[in-house]
Amino acid sequence: MSYEFLQALWFVLIAVLWIGFYFLEGFDFGVGMLLPFLGKRDEERRAIINTIGSVWDGNEVWLLTAGGATFAAFPHWYATMFSGFYLPLFLLLVGLIIRGISFEYRSKDPNPAWRSRFDWMIAIGSFMASLLLGTAFANLAKGVPIGADMNYVSPNGLVTTLGLLNPYGLIGGLTTVTVFLLHGANFLGLKLEGEMRERAIAVSKKLYIGAVVITTLLLITTYIYTDIRTKLGINPGITPIASYAALLVTIYFINRKMEGWAFIMTSLHIVLTQVTFFTLMFPRVMISSLNPEWSLTIYNASSSQYTLTVMSIVALIFVPIVLAYQGWTYYMFRKRISTDKKTLVY
Amino acid sequence: MDPITLSRWQFGLTTVYHFLFVPLTLGLGWFVAYMQTRYYQTREEDYRKMAKFWGKLFLINFAIGVVTGIVQEFQFGMNWSEYSRYVGDIFGAPLAIEALLAFFLESTFLGVWIFGEGKVPEKVHLAAIWLVAIGSNLSALFILLANGWMQHPVGYVINQATGRAELVDFFALITNPKGWLFFWHTISAGLATASFLILGVSAYHIVRKQNLKIFKTSFQMAAIVGLISSTMVFLGGHTNGQYMFETQPMKFSAIEAHWETSAPAAFSIITIGDLSGKREVWSFRTDQLGIHGVLSFLACNNFTCEVRGVNDIQKEYEQKYGPGDYIPLMVVTYWTFRFMMTVGLIMMLVTFLFLLALRKPIENAKWMKWVPWVIALPYIANTSGWILTEMGRQPWIVQGLLKVQDAVSPNLTTMDLLISLIGYTLVYGSLAFAMVKLMKKYAIAGPDATMHESVDVTPALVGADD
Ligand code: HDD
Ligand code: HEM
Ligand code: HEM
Repeated sequence: MSYEFLQALWFVLIAVLWIGFYFLEGFDFGVGMLLPFLGKRDEERRAIINTIGSVWDGNEVWLLTAGGATFAAFPHWYATMFSGFYLPLFLLLVGLIIRGISFEYRSKDPNPAWRSRFDWMIAIGSFMASLLLGTAFANLAKGVPIGADMNYVSPNGLVTTLGLLNPYGLIGGLTTVTVFLLHGANFLGLKLEGEMRERAIAVSKKLYIGAVVITTLLLITTYIYTDIRTKLGINPGITPIASYAALLVTIYFINRKMEGWAFIMTSLHIVLTQVTFFTLMFPRVMISSLNPEWSLTIYNASSSQYTLTVMSIVALIFVPIVLAYQGWTYYMFRKRISTDKKTLVY
Repeated sequence: MDPITLSRWQFGLTTVYHFLFVPLTLGLGWFVAYMQTRYYQTREEDYRKMAKFWGKLFLINFAIGVVTGIVQEFQFGMNWSEYSRYVGDIFGAPLAIEALLAFFLESTFLGVWIFGEGKVPEKVHLAAIWLVAIGSNLSALFILLANGWMQHPVGYVINQATGRAELVDFFALITNPKGWLFFWHTISAGLATASFLILGVSAYHIVRKQNLKIFKTSFQMAAIVGLISSTMVFLGGHTNGQYMFETQPMKFSAIEAHWETSAPAAFSIITIGDLSGKREVWSFRTDQLGIHGVLSFLACNNFTCEVRGVNDIQKEYEQKYGPGDYIPLMVVTYWTFRFMMTVGLIMMLVTFLFLLALRKPIENAKWMKWVPWVIALPYIANTSGWILTEMGRQPWIVQGLLKVQDAVSPNLTTMDLLISLIGYTLVYGSLAFAMVKLMKKYAIAGPDATMHESVDVTPALVGADD
C-alpha cells in the first residue's frame, strides 16, 4: 500500500475514533450533566447512573484510543495539539477524573452530603469535558498559532487558555454541551421507564430549542471565522445539511414519544457534524493561523510507512473484535431501567 | 523553577501515584476471578462471599487506577512534546495497541461484571472477571514494552533527514527482553501486592474472630501465592539486574555506588555519600567481611568478572556522547534499590513463616495483631523499584538517544506548569483521601455488613434541591 494511502487511511481511522467517541460518550456526558437536575430522590439518581454505569468507561476508551492512535500515526499532530492545548487539556483531564471516580464512589457511603457532592462532581466534570472538547475542536477548525518548528507559539505567559477562549471557540464549546445534553436526555428517555421517562422527554423538548438556536449560530459563525469558503478540504456535499436536518426532525420523534428515533436523530446529527469537520480539514490536521505553510497535514505529521503498515494490520484485526464485543454488551443491557431498588445495581 | 524541573516533578508524581493502584489491580483481579470460579464449581456460599468482599476492594482501587491512567496517556504529548515527536513512530505503537487490546477489554467487561450479576448468564459473569484480569495484565505488558524500549532501544534507525527515530522491526520491539523482564517482575510484584493486602486484612478479622472460615481460607491462599510471587519477584529482579548490567552499565554501577572499576567487585552494604550525591564519603563493603566478588556474582553469575565503576563509564560516555554529566543521582538510585531488595527479602521470609505457622490454628497467636502492617511492604518496594528504574536512566529519557532536557515541550511556561502541578496535587490528594476512607471502611466492615449502598430515607436525601 502506498504511503499516501496509508496516511489517508489513518486520518480516516482517527476520525472514526473521534466520531465513535462523540456519539457514545456524548450521551453519557449528557446523562452526567442532567443527573442532579433530573433525579430528585436517591433511587432516581441511582437509576440514571445505572443507564450508563456499565458502558461509560468503555466509551471513554474511544478517547484514549484516539489519543494513542494519533501518537502512533501522527506524532507531530499529537505533540503539537497536546502541548499547545496544555491548560484546557489539563482541565479536561480534571473533569474526566472527578467524573469517573464519582460513578464508583457516590453510593459507597450513605451520607447525603457525600452523595450530593459526588453527584455534582459527575455533572460538573461532564460539563467541563464537553465544553473543552467543543472549544478545542472549534479552534482546530479556526486555526491556532503554530510556528515553523511545528510548535505552538505562546503569545503570553499563559500558553493557550486565553487564546482558545475566543468567541468562536466558546460557541463551539456551548454547542457541544447543548447537543450532548439533548443526546443524553433522549438516551434517558429510551432507557428509563415510568415517571422518569416522562421527565426525560419533557427535558428533551426544552433542550431541543436551545440546541437548534446554538447550532444555527455555529453554522453562521463557521463561515465567518474559518477558511472553508476559500480552502475546502474535501467537499462534504450534503453532509452538513443532512446533519442539520437530523437535528431539526428530532422534535417530531420527541413529541411522539419515539425516543428510539429521537436518539438515532441526535446520533446522526453528531456523527454527521464530525464527518463534516473532518472532511473540511482534510488533509490538514492542524491549521496554522500564522502562515498556511506551517500547517500540519497528514503528510508532514505522520510516522513512517513501516509503522503505519504495522498499525494498519493490528487495527484491521482488532477493531472488528472490539466493535463486536462492545456492541454485544449494549445488547445485553438493552432493557429499560426502573427505580425499583431491587433491580438497581449499586 | 524551570519548566523542565517542574515537568519532571509532575511526571514523577503523577506516575508514581498511578502506580500505587496499578499493582493491586494486576494481582487482585486473579484472586477474585479464582474465588468466583471456586464458587461456580463448589456452590459454597463462603466462596461467593469471598469473591464479593475482595471484589469490592478491587473496585474501589480500580476506579482510581482508571482515572489516573487517563492522565498518563496524555502527558507525553502535553509535557514531553519533543520526546513524542522523536519517538512517536515507535513508542506510540505499543501505547495505541494497549488501548485497543487491553483497555477496551478491561473496561467493557468490568462493566459487565459489576452490572451483570443476575442479568447475564452466570457463565458470562464469570468469564467477565477473567477477562478483566487478563485485560489489565495485557495492558501492563504493552506499557512495559513501551517503557522497555526507552531503557533499551531496539528495532529502530535514526532517520538522518528528519532526525527522528523510526521503527524498522516491530518484532524486535515486542520481543524486547527488557520489556519482558519488566513484565515478569511487575506482574509478580502485582500478585505479591494483592497477597499482602489479603494477608493484612484477613489477619485483622482473624484476630477479632470474625468470619473465621472465610478469612482463614483467604489468609492461606494469600500466604501461598505470596511466597510464590515474592520468590518470582526476587528471581525476576535478579535477572533484571543482570540484564541491566549488560544494557545500562551506568545504572547498574549507580545503584551500587560503585565508583571505581574492579574485578572482582564487592557489594556495598552501606555507602554514605556527600550532599551532592555524587561523591562517596564512607562505605562498608562485603570484601571487608572477607567475602569477595559478591557484586560480580550479582552482575554475571561468577565471582570474578569485572564491574566497571561510575567514573570510568562517565569518561567513556563523554567521549561517545560529548561533554555532560551522565551520572544519575546516586543517593536515590542507591537507597531505593536497597529499600526494594530488603523489603523483597522480608516478604519472602514473612510469607514463609506464615505458611509454617498455618500448620497450627493461628487465631490465638499474639503476633497476628501486627500482621496488618505487612500491607505496606509491597507498596514501598513497588515505588522504590520505579524510582530506581527511571531515575537510574537519567539524564537520558531514551537511553543513549535522547536526553530529558531535549524532550520537554518548548512552549510551556513555568506558570502553566505551576497551575497543573498544584491542580494535580490537590485533585490527587482528595482522591487519596476518599479512597483510603472507603478502603478502610469496607475492609473493616467485612463480608456480612450491609453497607447502605441503597438508602431508604426518601426525598431530598441526596440533597437535591426540590
Ligand atoms: C505495569 C503496569 C502499568 C504501568 C507501568 C502503567 N499502567 Fe496504566 N494501567 C494499568 C497498568 C499500568 C492497569 C492495571 O491496567 C490499569 C490500572 C487500573 C486500571 O483500570 O487499569 C491502568 C489504567 C490506565 C488507563 C485507564 C484505562 C481505562 O480507562 O480503563 C490509562 C489510560 C493508562 N493506564 C495509561 C498508562 C500510561 C500512559 C502509563 C505510562 C506512563 C501507564 N498507564 C503506566
Ligand atoms: C508506573 C510505573 C512508573 C513509575 C512509578 C515511574 C516513575 C517515574 C519517575 C519517578 C520519573 C522521574 C525521573 C526523574 O525525573 O528523574 C519518571 C520519568 C519518566 N518515565 Fe516513568 N515511571 C513509570 C512507568 C513509566 C512508563 C511505563 C513509561 C513509558 C511507557 C514511563 C515514561 C517516563 C518518561 C517519559 C519519563 C521522563 C520524564 C523524566 O525523566 O522526568 N514511565 N518515571
Ligand atoms: C528481592 C529482591 C529484588 C531485586 C533483586 C529486585 C531487582 C530489581 C531491579 C534490578 C530493578 C530495575 C530494573 C531496571 O531498571 O532495569 C527493579 C525494578 C523494580 N522492582 Fe524490584 N527487585 C526486588 C524486589 C522487588 C519487590 C519485592 C517489588 C515489589 C513488590 C519490586 C518491584 C519493582 C518494580 C515495580 C520495579 C520497576 C519495574 C521494573 O523495573 O521491572 N522489586 N527491581
